[in-house]
Amino acid sequence: MTEPATARGLPAGADTVSVLAALRWGLARDLAIAFRSRNELVVQLVFFVLVASLFPLTLAPEPGTLAMLGPGVLWVAALLSSLLALPRLFGRDFDDGTLAQVALSPRPLPALVSGKMLAHWLVTGLPVVVLAPVLGAAYRLDAAAGALLAASLALGTPILSLLGGIVGALTLGARGGSGLAALLALPLYVPVLIFGSGAVAAQAAGLSASPHLSLLAAGLLLAGMAAPFAAAAAIRIALD
Amino acid sequence: MGINWFRYASPVSFLPLARALAPWFLATAAVLGGIGLWLGFGVAPTDATQGDAYRIIFIHVPAAWMAMFIYVVMAGWSALALGYNTRLSAMMAQALAPTGALMAALALWTGAFWGRPTWGTYWAWDARMSSTLILLFLYVGVIALRGAFDDARRADRACALLTLVGVVNVPIIYFSVRWWNTLHQGSSISLTAAPTMAAIMVTAMLVMTFALWAYCIGVVLWRVQAIVAEREEGAPWLARTAVAR
Repeated sequence: MTEPATARGLPAGADTVSVLAALRWGLARDLAIAFRSRNELVVQLVFFVLVASLFPLTLAPEPGTLAMLGPGVLWVAALLSSLLALPRLFGRDFDDGTLAQVALSPRPLPALVSGKMLAHWLVTGLPVVVLAPVLGAAYRLDAAAGALLAASLALGTPILSLLGGIVGALTLGARGGSGLAALLALPLYVPVLIFGSGAVAAQAAGLSASPHLSLLAAGLLLAGMAAPFAAAAAIRIALD
Repeated sequence: MGINWFRYASPVSFLPLARALAPWFLATAAVLGGIGLWLGFGVAPTDATQGDAYRIIFIHVPAAWMAMFIYVVMAGWSALALGYNTRLSAMMAQALAPTGALMAALALWTGAFWGRPTWGTYWAWDARMSSTLILLFLYVGVIALRGAFDDARRADRACALLTLVGVVNVPIIYFSVRWWNTLHQGSSISLTAAPTMAAIMVTAMLVMTFALWAYCIGVVLWRVQAIVAEREEGAPWLARTAVAR
């Protein structure tokens, strides 16, 4: 329980400084924790690879079928592995009381939350983005489609972390655990899934993928702007 | 012209109002529903292309409208609940959720029955069907989140926030699914163009719509009485007001 001291130790100053300091603190702290529990990150990545490799085993592994299903399957796998990592975001900090102390800090809570969400994406989303083209090759996607898949995941998975953050904060202290979080989060993820896998499908059909990527980027901006405030509000509700 | 609306923000003054209004709305729903079904199934002519199967729209279309509209109303009550921290607003949102879920389920179910003879399949991954299905999941999510807390006030505020996040997403989901795939026939009724269906069919559909409106309002007012009775159990004022059953 040494976190409050760290929170108090942040430099005081102008509002922008305060926001950035809070963001940096949340980011650095969660990255440090993630680095110290590397095992779990590996488990989450293996889960992603495992889900993606189950589909060729259950479907007919013909090259044409695989290339057609690949983007969608990899997107669903990315979504499930993001869901698996959801409790890491706020759950433990809530259980051991850290979150209550963090919320007492004079620093703006949405900025602290943004830092945590960014850290969450860096350790759970970014590896998926990097791995996806490799798995894409196993699905017989060509290099261009693999790169496009990675680009769509790079724009889309941060939205999953942001929306997941709201749901994770809402379900703090709730009965029902991860099943409840999945029930709340998955419907909200649907547009990301559609545009993300749609980008690769559009390219495969000879159309431009840029509308899909633009919409994903717009979604990322919207979520990045609003989700930290919603998650901070949800944390305040949970701590009341 | 002063009706003090905030007076009714208190369960104490709202409960008698709800008790007085609910039976009227339910009676209206029964009368209009009878007329609408008679018009729809007895008077309206058989459709030239779809045969008698089209008659399901007299239930299907109003239910789909209500499913979408109730979510927006629920979001409105949720915004009031978070903004003013009024208990009754949250109770209204709570009372609306099961009715909204019922309407979404009804729209999907009747749609499947209509799809079988017309499209040749109970289910197609069509834009409106998929977005209505996701709407149903959103309703179920709100109900499940409510059930996950013991503290009613905590549940109120968490559900209100979730509903508001959901209502931002509903149009995004709708348009994303719509661009993705569309098989559903276009709307036969819009505010900007003349309806492409016979006047008697429109009349029957509108009567059914008003019947469902009245049903939803009546049943929500009924349910909110039960919620008040449950939450305020043991409160002296509730003992003085005979509890509605």
